[in-house]
Amino acid sequence: MLLLVLGSNYLVMFVGWEGVGLCSYLLIGFWFKNKEFNNAARKAFVMNRIGDLGFLLGIILIFITFGSINYADVFSHAKSFSSNNPTLVLITCLLFVGAMGKSAQIPLYTWLPDAMAGPTPVSALIHAATMVTAGIYMIARSNVLYTLAPVTLSFIAIIGGATALLGAAIAMTQNDIKKVLAYSTVSQLGYMFLALGLGSYTTALFHLTTHAFFKALLFLSAGSVIHAMGGEQDIRKMGELNKLKATSLCFLMGTLSIAGMPFFAGFISKDELFSVAYEHSQVFFGLLILIFAMTGFYMFRLYFLVFNGSFRGTEHQKSHLHESPKTMIIPMAILAILSVVGGFINFPEVFGGNHGLSNFLANVIKPAFYTGEAGLSHLTELFLMLISTLIFIIALVAAYVIYVKKSVIPVSDEKEMSLIYRLSSNKFYVDEIYQTIIIVPLNWCSNMFYHFIENSFIDNIVNATGRAMVFGSNKIRLAQTGSIGFYIFAMVIGIIMMLLFNLI
Amino acid sequence: MITLILIFFPLLSALALFPVKGKNIKILALAFSIIEFILCLVAAFQFENNAMPQFMVDVPWIVSLGINFKAGIDGISMLLLLLTTFLVPLIILSSFQNEYKNPKLFYALILFMQSGLMGVFTALDGFLFYIFWEMALIPIYFICLLWGGQERIRITFKFFIYTLLGSLLMLVALTYLYLQTPGKHTFDLLAFYSLHLDRTTQGWIFWALFIAFAVKMPVFPFHTWQPDTYTDAPPQGTMLLSGIMLKMGIYGLVRLLMPIAPLGLQDWGYIAIILSIIGIVYASCIAFVQKDVKRLIAYSSIAHVGLISAGVLTFTLQGLQGGMLQMFSHGVNVVGLFFIIDIIQKRTNTRTITDLGGIRLSAPLLASFFMVIMLGSIGLPLTNGFIGEFLLFTGIFQYNPIFAAISGLTIILGAVYMLKAYQNTMLGEKNRITAIFPDLVLSEKLVLIPIVIMIFWFGIYPKPFLQMTEPTIKNLITIIGK
Repeated sequence: MLLLVLGSNYLVMFVGWEGVGLCSYLLIGFWFKNKEFNNAARKAFVMNRIGDLGFLLGIILIFITFGSINYADVFSHAKSFSSNNPTLVLITCLLFVGAMGKSAQIPLYTWLPDAMAGPTPVSALIHAATMVTAGIYMIARSNVLYTLAPVTLSFIAIIGGATALLGAAIAMTQNDIKKVLAYSTVSQLGYMFLALGLGSYTTALFHLTTHAFFKALLFLSAGSVIHAMGGEQDIRKMGELNKLKATSLCFLMGTLSIAGMPFFAGFISKDELFSVAYEHSQVFFGLLILIFAMTGFYMFRLYFLVFNGSFRGTEHQKSHLHESPKTMIIPMAILAILSVVGGFINFPEVFGGNHGLSNFLANVIKPAFYTGEAGLSHLTELFLMLISTLIFIIALVAAYVIYVKKSVIPVSDEKEMSLIYRLSSNKFYVDEIYQTIIIVPLNWCSNMFYHFIENSFIDNIVNATGRAMVFGSNKIRLAQTGSIGFYIFAMVIGIIMMLLFNLI
Repeated sequence: MITLILIFFPLLSALALFPVKGKNIKILALAFSIIEFILCLVAAFQFENNAMPQFMVDVPWIVSLGINFKAGIDGISMLLLLLTTFLVPLIILSSFQNEYKNPKLFYALILFMQSGLMGVFTALDGFLFYIFWEMALIPIYFICLLWGGQERIRITFKFFIYTLLGSLLMLVALTYLYLQTPGKHTFDLLAFYSLHLDRTTQGWIFWALFIAFAVKMPVFPFHTWQPDTYTDAPPQGTMLLSGIMLKMGIYGLVRLLMPIAPLGLQDWGYIAIILSIIGIVYASCIAFVQKDVKRLIAYSSIAHVGLISAGVLTFTLQGLQGGMLQMFSHGVNVVGLFFIIDIIQKRTNTRTITDLGGIRLSAPLLASFFMVIMLGSIGLPLTNGFIGEFLLFTGIFQYNPIFAAISGLTIILGAVYMLKAYQNTMLGEKNRITAIFPDLVLSEKLVLIPIVIMIFWFGIYPKPFLQMTEPTIKNLITIIGK
């Protein structure tokens, strides 16, 4: 991972890129006796490889276009290109394909929830801190190229927005604690890509940082919960876990931060994205309002189901309940603090902050369309914050009413679900669709290649050539009759023919 | 002089095996092959990285026909000689756990074949090239025939006839070229290079030579002898065929086809590239429905070779450099993979994927070696497969970006079938067949350790090897550019 970030050219980045991919493969498949986990690991690796192909081709095209793969050379050369130059658009699109794979964007996101098979600290590592954010880093790193390719940027914004929405929609109905968090990650990564697509690279990196804090916290807390429950991950069987004081407090901090409790880290970074979207496009702004609301809702749903209400697990699990040891609590506490105050690294001007992060990055990253938040008056900014606070409160209240007041427990019987609920809880059948449109035809093709083309066709031609030889030889052999008269006759004919040819 | 020694030392050592009695045959054969490797290292250290063939031998042989014994070593030859001499000791060592009947003949044939291979990679005379080319074929035919599996007679017969047919096309082309040489006819390759035949003739020469080499590599659709032969041959035979012998085909492209028929390459190269690329996707797809691991690797080899051939035929600096590097890497990896399969087969008596599983539980060491070699084979960065693949893709991309995208599918499909093979053999729970599975013994470790070292060396620091071939390749490009 460090190699990926510290490298000064694309090839080194690619080495790190594949390195983290391999590590995640090994970590997801950590319990290698289990077939399902192994399949998840393989899926992650293969999906990443699809992205890697794009990335690799992008690097090759960079090499061919600029004659170098060092960032400095590439970026200085790139400045002489006109905006939306086709080659640049192709390069940026190819690199983005790489980012899609690694950072789990539509259509290559399905490996990430499956990757939950790994041990929980691994989930925290790959989902929050490192691997999945590699794509964001790569695009932010190549910001010079992307700024010159607005077409690609719009594409990224659309993919990012769609992924954010889809991820949030699926997360609302999942019942596995880690799956909820996984889809939430997909959704949050969508935010970041949306920010990138809107040309505000700093916002994306800022959200990346705060997200790393609160998502790592949430995963570790979830791990602590699962540990306490003896391996149980189904939130329908939990409840009343606020007995585990430290864990529940940490989890609450994470939830508040991600849902956008004012002045928590998540609030500030999301707010920045909010104002960026407000400035650029009403569509994305509207979309974000919706997604923010959904995010708040599913996070509180998760929190209330796990920690409030009455305990729904078995007696054995109940007696087993215990707080996790200090080694687990301390990292969580640190992350909890960061989740609360982490936003101050890029605190907006309106509250007397100085945009520390943006200034820090200003030398490397130039926003695509505008500089800082100078385009918006402080009043508008406050207004936007107000909206996002309102959304937060609405989501909180809605979740509270449904899951605490009414104590609704998600049903498991499909028949009782509404259509949309059913779609969402089955992840919109995306895995099944992939199965039908990619894997089944591929297997069919392979079998056809093998049985028909390989064995029946090509090999038969080869063997038929051999058989034709044998057949021909058998026929010609009949000429060897052993009758001297026939041989002399043939000889005479031959001599006459030769003479004739010579005469002609 | 050292060239002559390199060619004939294995031949003499093969003969020297016959008077020896007892069980020392294996060790003696191993010792001979290690000496040969050391000799080759000596040559490599004296070798200077320039474009000219070095350590030249040029003596008249059959004077009346203008045939000289002319041989020398340039960068490309050097790399392949290193590959050959590096792999042969490992291949001999890999047989230490197998008991073959008539071991004298077995090891003598391996060394005899090495002699032929060394000759092919150094010959600078067309006739000599052909002689060595066939000399390498005969021993491997007998190895497959005498120590192969159930259906060896039918399969080796097909293999022999098929490759012989290819060689004959080459012989026809060489004879034709011989007759075109001005003045007193000669088989000297340099004379062939300066023939400058017209376009149509070059087209014919291109196809004759391409098919000859395509059969050897093999490139789609001339590959159908390969999976059967690889599967049925004894493991050492498979390693010789896939690790070293198929490189003769690619070497032939660079040594004969390109300099002799550059216009033919220009006119027809794209078809050959398309065939190679079809082979990549086609063989990869077939690989992942295979149930026999050995067959799976055989098909994966077709895919890898397709990529090398496509890259080399683009005739770009990166494509050629990548091709050279990848020849070495592929040789090392494929020998490792076939050896691991042999280990599995010896211990479980099966190679069927669905019967295996859970081997990592009892043989973690084997599983780790397998993992590294597999990663090398699918071209993960920092392993040997990556640099070569990257250069090859760059070469193909310059030729045609779409071709690069399609051949790039190999990095996805390769991951699919290799991970599947790995998962089904090594991971999961043990079953009845894999319940008792002893881990590696010393001689097996001694084979796998050098392979793994090479995988990392090439992956991390390929520069010495790239420098070795670079002047020769640049020279080739300038010669043909004229």
